[in-house]
Amino acid sequence: MMLRFVLRRLVQVIPTLLLLSVLVFAWLRSLPGGPASAFLGDRATPESIANLNRLLGLDQPIWVQYFRFLGRAVTGDFGASTITGEPVMVEIGRALPATIELSVAALLIAVVLGIPLGYVAARHRGRPLDVATVVGTLFGVAVPVFFLGYVLKDVFAVDLGWFPPSGRQSVAVDATDVTGFAVLDGIMTREFDASLDALHHLVLPAVVLATIPLAVIVRITRASVLDVMDSDFVRTANSKGLAPGTVRGRHVLRNALLPVSTTIGLQVGLLLAGAVLTERVFVWGGIGTLLADAITLRDYPRLQAILLLGALIYVLVNLLVDLSYAIIDPRVRLS
Amino acid sequence: MTAAHSAAAPLTETGALLSVRDLRVVFQRRGEPPTVAVDGVSFDVAPGQVVGLVGESGCGKSVTSMAVMRLLPDRGVRVGGSVVMDGVDLLTLSDDEMRRRRGRDLSMVFQDPLTSLNPVIPIGLQVTEVLRRHRGMNKEAARKAAAELLERVGIPDPRRRLDSYPHQLSGGMRQRALIAIALACRPRLLIADEPTTALDVTIQAQILELLKELVRETGAALIMITHDLGVVAGLCETVNVLYGGRIVERAQRHRLFTTPRHPYTHGLLRSIPRLDAPPGEELPAIRGSVVDNLPWADNCAFAPRCPRAVERCVGVSPEEETTGGRLLRCHNPVPASAD
Repeated sequence: MMLRFVLRRLVQVIPTLLLLSVLVFAWLRSLPGGPASAFLGDRATPESIANLNRLLGLDQPIWVQYFRFLGRAVTGDFGASTITGEPVMVEIGRALPATIELSVAALLIAVVLGIPLGYVAARHRGRPLDVATVVGTLFGVAVPVFFLGYVLKDVFAVDLGWFPPSGRQSVAVDATDVTGFAVLDGIMTREFDASLDALHHLVLPAVVLATIPLAVIVRITRASVLDVMDSDFVRTANSKGLAPGTVRGRHVLRNALLPVSTTIGLQVGLLLAGAVLTERVFVWGGIGTLLADAITLRDYPRLQAILLLGALIYVLVNLLVDLSYAIIDPRVRLS
Repeated sequence: MTAAHSAAAPLTETGALLSVRDLRVVFQRRGEPPTVAVDGVSFDVAPGQVVGLVGESGCGKSVTSMAVMRLLPDRGVRVGGSVVMDGVDLLTLSDDEMRRRRGRDLSMVFQDPLTSLNPVIPIGLQVTEVLRRHRGMNKEAARKAAAELLERVGIPDPRRRLDSYPHQLSGGMRQRALIAIALACRPRLLIADEPTTALDVTIQAQILELLKELVRETGAALIMITHDLGVVAGLCETVNVLYGGRIVERAQRHRLFTTPRHPYTHGLLRSIPRLDAPPGEELPAIRGSVVDNLPWADNCAFAPRCPRAVERCVGVSPEEETTGGRLLRCHNPVPASAD
């Protein structure tokens, strides 16, 4: 049952990605300029641009280009970056762990703080603690990520010196690279000082990246808990004289978390977008940095690969969310 | 709970299990005038007795039951008067003391069995949690007892049903499960708030029959809250008719049905469709609605809707008078010989 559901959903991913690849492909090529003019700069002559385009295969009709791209992409070859000349998949493979590490840390912060905060706010509905939380989340959603990033960096890294201002690891730490996940590598190789150093670097960017998902999770949890607290079955639970902890955990929270889990899935998309800005501020060297450079220099192969990869991650995470939903809510049938 | 109130609990002087005296519930929302939902309601329930609270929506019958159970929210609600059970005023107990009694000494069956059960945990756990809480059973013992309870309330294949979720049961089965939960610890008082309203007519009769049997079997007293006089006719010994938060008439079931004295009771009974009515005859209805109510303070709340209203009904609040075991709050009651 579960396996068939997963397989069917995975099969559904294929047309989604195909359609997206067409859109991305057409969209990139409809933008003014191109890799050749971006690469050669203002002094480029039409001839030199035409030459470079021929070299990159961009002089072919667009559908020829697309099918050539598609034919290679199904084998996992997304071509070489027009900036570095390196295969795009190699670049991504190197940068992805950094972004995943950052995103997971941010999501952990958002979930671990967000659910209890939302719950406590709901319990104190209308009282100062609740009002403070609601105002705080508004602030969290409203403040631009890069602005908050620079402010936190200025205060906590530059002025106070509590955290490193940029990078993933200190140069002084001699870390062994195993998986590319700095924190994990340190644990695996028993170089715990490397892990701690990586965590130290992770704090500021993860906090910045977590603000929006944190605020959203707090608000959804609060609204959901308020909703569930008013429901008939919670009244029944109270009429049974159950201990307050049982009513809260088993009856209120369990039901209130259903909409929260959906929200968490949706936040992953925002997290990828936020990572671009956060990585920029903290010189993080992940997918966000690759993406930002690729946009400036119109690096078609890299952009295509990253956008499709982002979509794939998003779809897979939401599949996971649906699966977890089926586990917490027995009314959801996997069919 | 102190020793004095345990098994050999002293009853109040009247021999009642539950004595509600001058119960008042006022809802106060910020920026709005307070609403008096229950306005000085008093009644007794003897051990094993079945008492009805009858009235239309908004008459205060459900709020009365919620106040007795102490299930009203803390904020925005003021509850006055007393609710004495086993010689203890439930309204003065701490939250913890009340929680220890709820589900054990007194429990409740609610109106909508679908929304009243937790959708994401199995039926079995919803039964066992109350057994484990109040009777200190371990997991296996509670599970065994829960299966027996489900069997007793007429749920087929109870062992398998323990693992079912509410959405996998029919409406009637869900209400049976709720009844099993309410009666799990053999409370001495059961409050049923419109327990059949959300069910099919055929199922309604079964559920009422089940409640009747179980109450007789366990010796529990039952407060039946309903707008349906048919339910009252089949079940209750004493009937309280509520209007606008006050009891307007109380009598033994038989007397209430044969000689209703309050014009409201009279109207309610006449508005029941009868099979022997001539075809085409219009069904008598009580005109107006509860929004027309006057404040009880200087009037009869029912006066604007009352076919027998006299001058005094507006300006003088009728007092309750008890004659021959019947309580009546009316300036101009229906003559005893009418109908």
